[in-house]
Amino acid sequence: MKSVESGDLVEMSWDPVTRIVGSLGIYTKIDFAAKKVVECYSTSSIFRGYSIFMQNKDPRDSHFITSRICGICGDNHATCSVYAQQMAYGIKPPPLAEMIVNLGEAAEYMFDHNIFQDNLVGVDFCEMMVKETNPGVWEKAQKAEAPHAKDHGYRTIADIMHALNPFEGEFYRETLQVSRYTREMFCLMEGRHVHPSTLYPGGVGTVPSIQVFTDYLVRLTRYAEFMKRCLPLHDDLFDFFYEAMPGYEEVGNRRVLLGCWGSFQDPAVCDYNYKTMGDWGRAMYVTPGVVVDGKLVTNDLVDINVNMRILLGSSYYEDWADSGETFVKNDPLGNPIDKRHPWNQTTIPKPQKRNFADNYSWVMSPRWLDKRTGDHLALDTGGGPLARLWSTALSGLVDVGYVKAPGDGSVKIRLPKTATKPDTEFTWRIPKWANTIERDRARTYFQAYACACAYYFVERAMAEVHAGRTATFTPFKVPDEAIGCGFHEAVRGVLSHHLVIRKGKIANYHPYPPTPWNANPRDTYGTPGPYEDAVQGCPIFEENGPDNFKGIDIMRTVRSFDPCLPCGVHMFDGEGKILEQHHAPMFGANHGPGGPK
Amino acid sequence: MKAPEMIIADRPPDIKEIHVVWMTTGLSCDGDSVSITAASLPSIEDVLMGAIPGLPKVHLHNPVLAYEVGDDFMQHWFDAEAGKLEPFVLVLEGSLPNEKIKSEGYWAAMGTDPDTGQPITTNEWIDRLAPKATAVIACGTCATYGGIHAMEGNPTGAMGLADYLGWGWRSKAGLPIVNVPGCPVQPDNMMETLLYLLYQVAGLAPIIPLDDQLRPQWLFGKTVHEGCDRGGYYEQGDFAHEYGSPKCLVKIGCWGPVVNCNVTKRGWMDGVGGCPNVGGICIGCTMPGFPDKFMPFMDEPPGGTLSSGIIGAYGRMIRALRGITNRTVNKEPKWRHSGHNLTTGYEPKYYGRN
Repeated sequence: MKSVESGDLVEMSWDPVTRIVGSLGIYTKIDFAAKKVVECYSTSSIFRGYSIFMQNKDPRDSHFITSRICGICGDNHATCSVYAQQMAYGIKPPPLAEMIVNLGEAAEYMFDHNIFQDNLVGVDFCEMMVKETNPGVWEKAQKAEAPHAKDHGYRTIADIMHALNPFEGEFYRETLQVSRYTREMFCLMEGRHVHPSTLYPGGVGTVPSIQVFTDYLVRLTRYAEFMKRCLPLHDDLFDFFYEAMPGYEEVGNRRVLLGCWGSFQDPAVCDYNYKTMGDWGRAMYVTPGVVVDGKLVTNDLVDINVNMRILLGSSYYEDWADSGETFVKNDPLGNPIDKRHPWNQTTIPKPQKRNFADNYSWVMSPRWLDKRTGDHLALDTGGGPLARLWSTALSGLVDVGYVKAPGDGSVKIRLPKTATKPDTEFTWRIPKWANTIERDRARTYFQAYACACAYYFVERAMAEVHAGRTATFTPFKVPDEAIGCGFHEAVRGVLSHHLVIRKGKIANYHPYPPTPWNANPRDTYGTPGPYEDAVQGCPIFEENGPDNFKGIDIMRTVRSFDPCLPCGVHMFDGEGKILEQHHAPMFGANHGPGGPK
Repeated sequence: MKAPEMIIADRPPDIKEIHVVWMTTGLSCDGDSVSITAASLPSIEDVLMGAIPGLPKVHLHNPVLAYEVGDDFMQHWFDAEAGKLEPFVLVLEGSLPNEKIKSEGYWAAMGTDPDTGQPITTNEWIDRLAPKATAVIACGTCATYGGIHAMEGNPTGAMGLADYLGWGWRSKAGLPIVNVPGCPVQPDNMMETLLYLLYQVAGLAPIIPLDDQLRPQWLFGKTVHEGCDRGGYYEQGDFAHEYGSPKCLVKIGCWGPVVNCNVTKRGWMDGVGGCPNVGGICIGCTMPGFPDKFMPFMDEPPGGTLSSGIIGAYGRMIRALRGITNRTVNKEPKWRHSGHNLTTGYEPKYYGRN
C-alpha cells in the first residue's frame, strides 16, 4: 500500500456503476488522509436522440415512443406524454380512466421502489458488502438488537443484513417475488410492463370489469401486509447506520434543493387546461413543489414550468440559443417563454472525445430559475420520494383518508387491516438532512404512500363501476397547431414532457426525466450537478484504504438518487494514481480520471 | 455434432460452469434486463441457484443485478475477451449505433480503455466478444432488428445485431444469432430461450429451432390474432370502434393478425396481462418492421378495411344465427320445474303415484 499524505489526491473511478438502470460513470479525486472526496464528475455514455427522431411523427404516437426511453419506468413517460397530449388536444378522460391510470402508476411506484430498494440498493447494506467494506460495523451489527424485531421478525441488524445478501438472502428473494405481483397489478391496469399497451390520449383501453379491480385489490392487500414488515425493517437498518457511524449524516448530504412535479390526478379538478394548471396541480394526490433550504418556494405548476431552463456547459451538444427556432414565445397565460425552455429547445448532438476539463457527458444540465435571486438552481429529486414527501408535507393539501398531510411537516400513511397485521399508521417527518440515508428511507415510506393511495383509487374505481359509469375513453381530433405540457413524477423524480404540434405533426418534443436533473455535469456557470455536488465533500467511512477501496459511501450516495440513466456516472476503483499535490480540478487533461494506471 | 444427452436430474452435467455475459449498453432502455426479473418460468433465481435439473452452475454478469461495481465488474468482460470465461453465452440488449458516421466521440460505450482514457464503445465490445462466445442472443427488439432507436430520422444509424455482424454469422460453435424480440422482451420468452441455450451448450438439447428471422420457432410461429381471446369477435365481424371496448380491436389500430408474437397466449406475467386481451392494440413491437411500418399506431392497419369488410358480411350472419342458438342454450330444459309430475322422460315404477 502506498503511503498517503494529506493533500495527496487519488483518482478513483467507478465505471460502470452497476445495480442502477442505465450506464453511469463516476470519477473522483479522494483525499484518503483526510478521508474525504474532493472532486466528483458524473458522466453518461449513451445517446439515442428521441427529440430528433420524433420530429414530424404523428403526435398520437408520442406516448408509445417515449415509453421506450426508460426500461423501468417507461409507463411514467407514457403517462406524462398522454397528459401533454390531452392538453394539446383539449380533452380530459372519463373519471374511471383517470383512476385506472392512477392505479397503474401506483403499482409502478410499489414495484419499482421495491425492487430498487431491496434488490439493488439493499446490496450496499448487506452482510457481504458490510463485511468487505466495514468489518467494524459488521461487529456492531451482530450485537445490535433490531428495535422493531417483533414487526419484521429479524432479531439483530446483522440478521437483516444477512437477509439482504443477493440471491441467498431471504428478504432479497422475497422482494423479488413482491416485485412480480406488483407488476402483475400494473399489467391488470395497463396491459404489460414496462411499455404499456392500453394507455391512450383520452383514456385507456382497459376493460373495466369487476374482475380486474378485484384481482388488483387482493394483490394490494398482500403488499400492505408486506409493507408493515418492510418499513420497520428499513427504519431499523437506516437508524443503525447513524448509530454505528457517528457523522454518517454527512454522507451524501446536500443543500435542500428539491423539485417535485406532482403525481396522481384528481379527475374532479383536472381538466388539462394550461390556464388552470396551478389549481389542478395543487389537487394532485402528491403535491408539486420547489423546496429551497427547507422552504416551499412554489407549488404552482405554471411557475414551475415557466422557470425551467436547459443549460449546456459540459455536455456533447451544440448550443441552439442563437440558431434554433423559437416555437413558443408566450405560454397560454401570456408569460414569456425563454429560448432555453424545453418548448424551445433544439437538440444538436456533437459527438466528441471525453474531456473532464471541458465536455464529458451526454447529459444536459436542467436548472430551475429562482426569480427571487436570479440563481439557476441545480434542483435534485431526492431520488423521487424525498422530494415528493417533503413537498407534500410542506403544502399540507393532501387528505384521502388513508394518506394525510396535516401541514405540520409530516405525512401520515395508514394501511388498513390485512390478513395477519392490524390497521397500521406510519408517520414520515421532514428530516434534518437531504442525505443518502434520508433519500433511501423516504423511498420505503413512499412505497407505503403509494399503497395507501391505491386503496383509495381502487375504491373510487369500484364505485364508478358499481354506478354503471364504465366509459374509459374520450374521442378527440389532433389539431393542426397546438402546444402541450405534462407534469408527473417518474419513480425517481420529476418528469415533464413538452410538445409542439404544427400541421398536425410533432414539430418539437422534449422530455425531461429525473436523471438529467440528478446526473448532469457542470453547467455553463460551473455549477456541478447533484450527484457531483453530493459526492464532493462526502466523508469516507469505509475502513479500506486506496488499495482495496470499494467506494461504498460514494456508491450508496449515488444510488440513493436512484439513477436511471439510460446514461452513466464514473469513478475509479482499486489501486489509484497519486496526482500532483494541487487542488486544481484538471483531471489529467485529455485522459480524464479513467486514464492510465 | 454428437446427439444430445437426455436431461437427467441426478446426472452431473459434463460442463460444470457456464457464464452469461449480458451487455445492456446497446442503445437500450434496460427494459429487457428489468423484464427478466419479472420472469417466473423459470425465474432468474431458479437458474442461478441450481433449481433447474441438469444445468451447470450458471454465473450471470449483468450490470443491473451485479454485486460488483466499476473495474471489478469490468474484469469479467476482459476475462471473456482473454478466453478465461469458458464457455459463455453473450447477450446483447439494445441496438448498435453506427460509430463510423462521425469523426470522433461515441454513441454508446462501457468501461474505459486503459491506453487512451476514452470509453470503449459497445460495438468494440461486440467485435472483441462475439468471436469468443459459444452462443449469442439478441434480447429485445432493439438488439434483434434495431427497434425504436432505429426509427426513420434517427441520428445514430442504429441497427440490430444481425445487421452488424451479418445475418449469416455463426458462433465458434456454429450457432446463428438467436433473436428474442419484444419491446421489451416477454419475461418468460427470454428466460425460456436462455434456459434452452444453456442446455444446448451443456450438450443436453439439440440445436435450437429458429425461423428465417432467427426467432425460436416455438415462441414466434403463431400470430397474435391466432392466440387472441378476442378472435371470436373478429370471426363474427364485431369490432370495437372506441378504446375500452371488449371487442376486436383491428379497426382501431391492432396489427395482431399479421404479427408474430405469443403474448395473447402467454399473457405478460404468469398469464396476467398481454396486449389485446387486456384492451391494448398490438403495435407490432416484436417485428423487424417495428416501429415505422406500424405508425401511426392508432390508425387502422392498411388492408384492414378490406379484410374486416369481408369478414363483416359473413360475421353478421354467423352472429345472427349464433344469437338464436345462444338464446336457446341460455334457457334450461323444460323438465326442470317444481311441479307435481316428473317430466324428464324417466318412467318410475315404484314412486307410489301410479
